[in-house]
Amino acid sequence: MLSLLQKIREAVNKTQVFKSIFRHGYPDTDGNRALVMFSNIILHLHPVRVRRGALKIKFTWCLGGLTFLFFILLAITGVILMFYYVPDTRRAYNDIRDLETVIYFGSLFRAVHRWSAHAMVFSVWMHMTRVFMTGSYKPPREFNWVVGVILLVTTLVLSWTGYLLPWDQLALWAVTVGSKMAEATPFIGAAGPFGPELGFGPENDMAFALLGGTIVGQSALLRFYVLHCLALPLITALFIAVHFWRIRKDGFSGPL
Amino acid sequence: MSEKVSDSAQVTTKSSRLSAMIKKTAAGKVAPENTVLVWPNLVYLELICMMVAVSVILFLSLVAPAPLEELASADTTPNPTKAPWYFLGLQELLVYFDPWLAGMVLPTLMLVGLILIPYLDPNPRGKGYYTFSERKFSMLVFSFGLGLWYALIFVGVFFRGLDWSWYWPWDDWHVHQPAGAAKLIDLEIILQSSLGLSESPLITLGRYAVTTANLLTWVILGAFYGIGFTVPFLFFRDFYRKLGFVRYNLVMFFFISMMGVPMKIFVRLLADVKYVLVTPWFKI
Ligand code: HEM
Repeated sequence: MLSLLQKIREAVNKTQVFKSIFRHGYPDTDGNRALVMFSNIILHLHPVRVRRGALKIKFTWCLGGLTFLFFILLAITGVILMFYYVPDTRRAYNDIRDLETVIYFGSLFRAVHRWSAHAMVFSVWMHMTRVFMTGSYKPPREFNWVVGVILLVTTLVLSWTGYLLPWDQLALWAVTVGSKMAEATPFIGAAGPFGPELGFGPENDMAFALLGGTIVGQSALLRFYVLHCLALPLITALFIAVHFWRIRKDGFSGPL
Repeated sequence: MSEKVSDSAQVTTKSSRLSAMIKKTAAGKVAPENTVLVWPNLVYLELICMMVAVSVILFLSLVAPAPLEELASADTTPNPTKAPWYFLGLQELLVYFDPWLAGMVLPTLMLVGLILIPYLDPNPRGKGYYTFSERKFSMLVFSFGLGLWYALIFVGVFFRGLDWSWYWPWDDWHVHQPAGAAKLIDLEIILQSSLGLSESPLITLGRYAVTTANLLTWVILGAFYGIGFTVPFLFFRDFYRKLGFVRYNLVMFFFISMMGVPMKIFVRLLADVKYVLVTPWFKI
């Protein structure tokens, strides 16, 4: 049985199609195991060899990788949800209702999207805690820590902007709480210290810029939608790319 | 299986570069005996980790689907209105601070403080391994801040009910808590009445009538920072020397400001103080 499978595999490995895609044999030899790492774009994120210590689960707890995985899950399920969702206050809620009741697997995709979002926020905090506890921000990795904090912020803002989209009571009022805080921004908020003195009122302050109006309404929904589905995922992906690039350049801090 | 290498034409053409790659690591100087190939060692580990995580997410999604409440309506305000859990720390701070502090200044300080950590911690030890004894101060400060953040979130999630009042798990969460008997008062009023200070202003700066009691609250706040900055400078010379002038002042500023948060919470809970400092433009 095994030898049959092996024969099939070897035959497949020799075909022109297989070679055109993978350019090397099955990674069961040191040579091919090295080749697979730099001829595959995803695996290429890794070096060919790592120090033994870097494999210890109790060092990283897989947290950075898990954060990345949740980001990918969110991107996939998010694209599917976008097929069914229109950011219009008159229909957004019904679109979500349809996802829950009419669309095949709609409820599942929505649930996976939501749980992944919670999981990503949780794991990004835990990852930061791990990086601190192992002192991995120390030279030469100072800047990657800064990139990390930016990722922490974009992760939180991504979650928060997504929270508004279902346009239910939970969404509206959670975002209202947030916009009250924006209103209180010092110097540029209508209700913040020195805001009114500097000429900021409800019609031109920080909250207005965030909501595109004075209330959480249609313009706010559109803004949050564009930020959530386009701008922030792109920014986050860009910074993740920088983050990974720097890990490769600086080397991994793990023990020997 | 190891003879396979020579089978592949690509391997022979790239063999010199390849053999260098097989031995080299990203870290460079490490001896090859201490390293392993990423495929299969790390790639398989990641695959397993990924499958476990995806299973957990799928399981959670099946047992607890995403919630959907009533259609958004500006007419009915839910009570309490809670932000998502990861922002409940900030929302909980709203009990003790005005929105400009709780929602804007404190989070900004937190993020700037986080960003500065690698530049403020000059201790070369404890890089790449878990240790407490080699970096006690930074560990304690970070853990304190993080603990405070999680404690606030915990309170927000599990102990706040109607009107953002405190509810124990065994309380009836559908009944309003009786309004607190104690009235909150500003620190300057407490000072004024307990020390018998005059209510007439010493000077008036536009809208701002500065009374003796008000001036005293400025002094108290200034002393909080002043003492915080000078005591380590005078008595922990080693600490100061290791950090240097710029780092020391930044570290102390963030440290004292962070300690100010639980201090204000205690002053509120123990002495019913609403604001420690009042001006026409902002209140702390
Ligand atoms: C979207 C968010 C993030 C993703 C996807 C991510 C991903 C990763 C991954 C995959 C690693 C490799 C090691 C590991 O798995 O632990 C890593 C390492 C690292 N991360 Fe992140 N990270 C994120 C956010 C952060 C944050 C918030 C910080 C800190 C504030 C941070 C700082 C670092 C540093 C300094 C390293 C190098 C650690 C070492 O060499 O030991 N990252 N990150």
